[in-house]
Amino acid sequence: MSAPLLEVRSLWKFFGHVVALQDVSARVDAGEVTCILGDNGAGKSTLIKILSGVFPPDRGQYLINGDEVRFASPRDALQAGIATVYQDLALVPLMSIWRNFFCGSEPMRRWGPFRGFDVHLARRAAGNEIAKMGLDLRDIDQPMGEMSGGERQSVAIARAIYFGARVLILDEPTAALGVRQAGVVLRYIVQARDRGLAVILITHNPNHAYPVGDRFVLLNRGQQRGNFHKGEISLPDLTQLMAGGEELVQLSQELEGALSGGTPGGGKEGR
Amino acid sequence: MAVPAGRLRDERVVQVGVLRRALRRPELGSVVGAIAVFAFFALEAPAFATHDGVANFLDPSSTLGLMAVPVALLMIGGEFDLSSGVVTGAAGTVTALLAVNAGWNVWPAMLVSLIFSVCVGLFNGLVVIKTRLPSFIVTLGTFYILQGADLYVTKLATNQVLISGVETTKGFDSASAVLASTIGGFEISIFYWIVATILFTLVLMRTRFGNWIFAVGGSAPAARNVGVPVIATKVSLFIIVSSMACLVGNMVTLRFHSATVTSGVGLEFQYIVAAVIGGNLLTGGYGSAIGASVGALIFGMVNQGIVLSRWDSNLFLLFLGAMLLLATLINAYIRQKAEAISK
Repeated sequence: MSAPLLEVRSLWKFFGHVVALQDVSARVDAGEVTCILGDNGAGKSTLIKILSGVFPPDRGQYLINGDEVRFASPRDALQAGIATVYQDLALVPLMSIWRNFFCGSEPMRRWGPFRGFDVHLARRAAGNEIAKMGLDLRDIDQPMGEMSGGERQSVAIARAIYFGARVLILDEPTAALGVRQAGVVLRYIVQARDRGLAVILITHNPNHAYPVGDRFVLLNRGQQRGNFHKGEISLPDLTQLMAGGEELVQLSQELEGALSGGTPGGGKEGR
Repeated sequence: MAVPAGRLRDERVVQVGVLRRALRRPELGSVVGAIAVFAFFALEAPAFATHDGVANFLDPSSTLGLMAVPVALLMIGGEFDLSSGVVTGAAGTVTALLAVNAGWNVWPAMLVSLIFSVCVGLFNGLVVIKTRLPSFIVTLGTFYILQGADLYVTKLATNQVLISGVETTKGFDSASAVLASTIGGFEISIFYWIVATILFTLVLMRTRFGNWIFAVGGSAPAARNVGVPVIATKVSLFIIVSSMACLVGNMVTLRFHSATVTSGVGLEFQYIVAAVIGGNLLTGGYGSAIGASVGALIFGMVNQGIVLSRWDSNLFLLFLGAMLLLATLINAYIRQKAEAISK
């Protein structure tokens, strides 16, 4: 068995005398989705920050393709192909979709002695890449802020893939979304998985995690409460393992409805 | 999961036509306004739409526009510079002090004034970034510091607030030919203004730096997350504004053969107003360099039009205030409209 694309072994992280993470292990392979589940304060954010290179763990190992790595900054992680799409998206609302798509990594071309932003390439490439995600794009010149929350997430995911991500870390991508929009984003997560990416999905909603996840890591108050394959656990059990699952059952039914009907981006609730 | 790939158009949007594309341009309102103002004064004052009339209103437009354009870039980048007007006066004073009182050649004197101005811009930018104070307050501080220092030093050196006799200094003729001559009855500053407008528009729309300007003004944290050097971008913008202020200050000094300490005071608001009339949002992240130039053009036309129409010149300020309010309303309306269309 070859080494997983990304693996962490017994991570510990301390903030002063607070133990934020305690002996947490997880792995994700290419073409798989690993879900990190936990309620607020469970240590999900700490784990993402370690994975995305914001800070290193105090103890434990972080391995990419079986080799131990130690990232000094998010830029290092990005270089290694680990892209993080944060909850508060790194997108500028007043800028057009294509300008956002290439913001910070603008393609350049020569004009005689000068070098400029190749806007034609940028528009075309952004349009193609977003279309590849199956996002039904209206107008590439549209300001980002006019898109729905789900569409913005999808553009951010498309962007990460275009810039060579092998591992995609998604921080609560469905948290601020309605049921239908959440369904749209989950579809894009499946698309990214099918394109061979390793996806790490952080969420506090097992109903969102279960339909798309291959592995589930449960966190509670910084400790690992379980690490399951999809075959080893049912959705009710998963929900049960997390705190407070009553109203989630209802949500699950709604979501399954949204996932079997409708197409990505086709929602009437445009925002 | 059958999603047709490569489909870029949506049936919900019929077609983004020319008119709709135009509505999305920030400077649209100002262009309509400029045409209206021109037509109005052309009818009101026969001398307005003649060669001399045009040369007359383009002159004040040009020195204003040379500043409104970089100020617009800074505004798009999410910052203000209230010291920009005073820097024009201070840069002119530096040149005049060195050339007239210290006997320098005008060219090295102007180089020192440029270094001085770049330092002011660098100071503004770094203080704004490091203290995280609003640029409004920081540059208001710079405004008073420069005004006070300028008065103090000039009076100490000359016992006056006006340094005259620049025309007698070494290198004046060549410097004047480059920065303060006329071509075909038009002040040379008009040509610099046009070049600056084109150049800054290209920078904004067709360079990486331009994309960064929109990004840092629209959302600095988001820009930082995707790897945009936010600090460098903002500080560069402050330096660009103060460098352009230096250019304008030296142009004015060479043209009037003198430098006054108080010249430029109050102009910073006109720069900002011209930029706002041109469709630049006060809150950053949106706007255009051409718009700021059109805003400056409207200023110049109203300024001269009122004189040619033999109206009371005080009406200029009244008109300005009205223009500012109207422009802000139109900006808000057009943005709403543009957003509604694409939904």
